[in-house]
Amino acid sequence: MNLTPLRVGFVPLLDMAPIVIAQEMGFAQAEGLKLDLRRAPSWSSLRDMLLWGQVEAAHMLAPLPVAMALGLGGAVARLDILQVMSINGDVIGVSQDLAQRLRNVGHEFGFSDARRARDDLGKAATGPLRIGVPFPFSTHVELVTYWLRDAAIAFELCTIPPPRMADALAAGEVDAFCVGEPWGSVAVELGAGTLLLPSRAIWAVAPEKVLAARHDWVSENPAQTGRLMRAVWRAAKWLCVPGNRLIASEILARPEFVNAPVEVLDRALRGEMVISPQGEFRHVPDMIRFFDGATSFPWRSQAAWFAVQLAARHGLHPGRSIEAAKAICRTDLYRQNLRAAGADLPGASEKLEGSLHHATAVASERGQMILAPDAFFDGQIFDSSRKPR
Amino acid sequence: MKLHIVIVEPDETRAKLVIDSLQPLGHQVTVIAEASGLARRVCDIAPDIVLIDMSNPSRDTLEEMALASGPMERPVAFFVDRTDRDLTLQAIEAGVSAYVVDGLQPERVATVMDAAIARFQMFRRMRVELETTRRALEERKLIDRAKGILMKARGISEEDAYALLRKTAMDQGRKVAEVASALVTAAGLLS
Repeated sequence: MNLTPLRVGFVPLLDMAPIVIAQEMGFAQAEGLKLDLRRAPSWSSLRDMLLWGQVEAAHMLAPLPVAMALGLGGAVARLDILQVMSINGDVIGVSQDLAQRLRNVGHEFGFSDARRARDDLGKAATGPLRIGVPFPFSTHVELVTYWLRDAAIAFELCTIPPPRMADALAAGEVDAFCVGEPWGSVAVELGAGTLLLPSRAIWAVAPEKVLAARHDWVSENPAQTGRLMRAVWRAAKWLCVPGNRLIASEILARPEFVNAPVEVLDRALRGEMVISPQGEFRHVPDMIRFFDGATSFPWRSQAAWFAVQLAARHGLHPGRSIEAAKAICRTDLYRQNLRAAGADLPGASEKLEGSLHHATAVASERGQMILAPDAFFDGQIFDSSRKPR
Repeated sequence: MKLHIVIVEPDETRAKLVIDSLQPLGHQVTVIAEASGLARRVCDIAPDIVLIDMSNPSRDTLEEMALASGPMERPVAFFVDRTDRDLTLQAIEAGVSAYVVDGLQPERVATVMDAAIARFQMFRRMRVELETTRRALEERKLIDRAKGILMKARGISEEDAYALLRKTAMDQGRKVAEVASALVTAAGLLS
């Protein structure tokens, strides 16, 4: 069979799994595609590769296309969010020195209570905290900023590429970090840090990575876009089968992909986290999610939440920012391309964010859609349809 | 007026090559080799232009500076925002990215970029050549070991051993080096 080559960029992280699995387990081939996976050394490079046509699609930080839609950070072309590739999957970790100070104020590293962790961090910090994040436009930045916004903790964010995060913590360049797996667990393995929270403790369904493509490419290549979306969606479905996790870890561990130990990659996939060099163990349900709970649907309300946070920090008009963010979420293409593949489709393209405390059935075409709890740690509810003041 | 240019480059030889291309234009060039504390060091130097290899992961740290807008910080723009499309594409293909202080005349940026792009294109060629040579050498070694294994196991001459490898490769539609590699691995497992 003649396969159409398609270049897809990625940054080495566990959450790139759907595109690697799409290629390695034959889902791309079934759609007549051969994915040429291009590893990018940094998020800015991957963004440029996508903007300047060196790749057709990419594994991308969810807030990055949103920031570009808002005109932030050198927007030279519009990027579309085709679908969400992963939810959750980041960890917040602290240096061994800060971990000791946290233990001294009585913190027990329960690894679930964001409010408690924040309060104890305020007691343990002796000066402004330097917190490493992978990129200025990232779920990591939005979650950390949201988490610490009302706390009396002075902090400064420092951009550090994920694979360097453990070294930066060990070298004392930063006191803490928020990074995608496996790089947090790698820091634990190296004895450089202790994990304080999974990102889901701040927002239980934070979209982490999306499948992004240039808007003009998507318009000119509707068939290829659909084939790519189906291949990635089926890969995500495959990833949600527990029996496939180890195979996934083994493929991802290869040097050309994430280049990290299988055993370390496997922890987040199973939600069985080792949080300290002493080997303390925590079970985290939904540590990272690729498929169930309508994960892959590009909810306009989730992009809107990022837009509101970004607009507030950069002095932009909130209402216009929300509209710009919603416009790049291609819920139309998702419905059109994935209906036939068997995806259940929600009745609405946006929802209240933060209102579900239990798994809840919602209106959908097949009537099988169950949304996972999506609460924010502070109990806020975000309504993207309400006019912001 | 001369420009102050910073090059972020851990490889001393490569850094020197870029310096050699920019100093004749009358610019002052500083090299930063270390990734740690990069943002602070660039801020301290306050250069007009920062050049960095696109394959350097520390690029994201510079990206953060490009967004900083504190009163004491000089606004920085990513090169693609402000220059012509052709030059940007050339830079991306050559694998160099640049961060430029706001307000710098585009023509002045262009002369620096022309020189930098030429050097980075040269690096890229050198890197590809080096990689090709390295791979050829590795394949050579593998084939030699596979020949040795065949000669010993089947009591044939070196020439016959190579002919056998080549025939197997042709029959299976694979490269000689791939067949050799499989044989070496298998022999390692069996011994």
